[in-house]
Amino acid sequence: MSRLSTLLGREVALAWGRGGGALVSVGFYAGVATLLPLAIGPEAERLAAVASGAAWVALALASLLSLERLFERDYEDGALDLLILSPAPLELTCAVKCAGQWIATGAPLALAAPAAAIALGARPELAPLVFACALVGGLAFAFVGGIGAALSLGARRGGLLTAVIVLPLFTPPVIFGGGALDAFAGGLPWTSGFVLLCAYAAAAVALGPLAMAAACRNALS
Amino acid sequence: MIGALELRGLAVSRGGRRLFSDLSLMLPAGQACALTGANGAGKTSLLRAVAGLGAADAGEVAFGGTDPGEARASGLHLLGHQEGLKPARTAREELAFWSAWAGGTAASARSAVETLALGPLLDLEVRRLSAGQRRRVALARLLAAPRSLWLLDEPLSPLDAAWRARFGEIMQAHLAGGGLILAAVHDPLPIPAMTLELAP
Repeated sequence: MSRLSTLLGREVALAWGRGGGALVSVGFYAGVATLLPLAIGPEAERLAAVASGAAWVALALASLLSLERLFERDYEDGALDLLILSPAPLELTCAVKCAGQWIATGAPLALAAPAAAIALGARPELAPLVFACALVGGLAFAFVGGIGAALSLGARRGGLLTAVIVLPLFTPPVIFGGGALDAFAGGLPWTSGFVLLCAYAAAAVALGPLAMAAACRNALS
Repeated sequence: MIGALELRGLAVSRGGRRLFSDLSLMLPAGQACALTGANGAGKTSLLRAVAGLGAADAGEVAFGGTDPGEARASGLHLLGHQEGLKPARTAREELAFWSAWAGGTAASARSAVETLALGPLLDLEVRRLSAGQRRRVALARLLAAPRSLWLLDEPLSPLDAAWRARFGEIMQAHLAGGGLILAAVHDPLPIPAMTLELAP
């Protein structure tokens, strides 16, 4: 166990590390959220109608940014070999790496999400649900994204390939989360969307590491 | 503890090309084997196949009665060209992590730092280290977590003459403690070792 907690610490430190990885994601997120009103037009009603959905899509895109680093660097510098030569099962190692990704970039993005939604004109009472959706959605994005990152190991321009693999898999959480936010804003029952989002995240956490470990082994052999 | 490393009829391909086939080796505990051969002969691929990181086409790798899964999980060290050290982290952070990951203790990591004279380098970022210094950090990992079988891929190449000699002593001590070493080399190892030549 101490082995895996050391790994978690290292992953978070690397993601936060000197490149300011997490802040770059938040900055990208803020940038996209700022561009939207410029494209859609400044009318408050029009913006308010799309605010929560727009904030949510921007979040999915921002989550993509740091995925490339998740396995690629360890693959290139030989660390992945050493991570495998350990009593810890590779599946668990992959899960810990994704958890680190979630803590380092998902959590800051979840904190930024309500601010972005409100800035776009969403009602303040929506903020807690935006935060909860972003936090749970971020977990799904990290674990599903990890599959894409592992599958594109060794490919040139792996980051782009990761995005192409992962974006279709981001569809369900975007639908569930966006649906919950829409329903809440319209005064309708919103729990089913949120629960489905949680279920998707749980499935990603349970199944993602199996796929990631298989993809890593395949890339190394 | 791994009692022996035994290769039986091993065949390995890389990118569709057969590198070697029907390779056999019996390396008992306490002995070293120098793996030689031209560039591209398959030295690295053989080391990776022993470590379970690449599949063999045919043949078998046995660890003298130790279960292969267990041997690979906690019985062997692999030192490749790539040292797995992150440029932006300090040598201290990297060594502490890899030592813990391989199952070493804080005390063994400290003694490894002493043996390899890394003290003055510990607070430098890995990117500031020379190739030889980085290699010494990687070698410290071998000592920080005791594992029987060392798979070394050209361990000496970035080291200067003094450190080559010093690492020879370190390898001697490892063998004296019942360890095994399989090292891919171009120059002869500074210790008595059997030789396995890979020829196409």
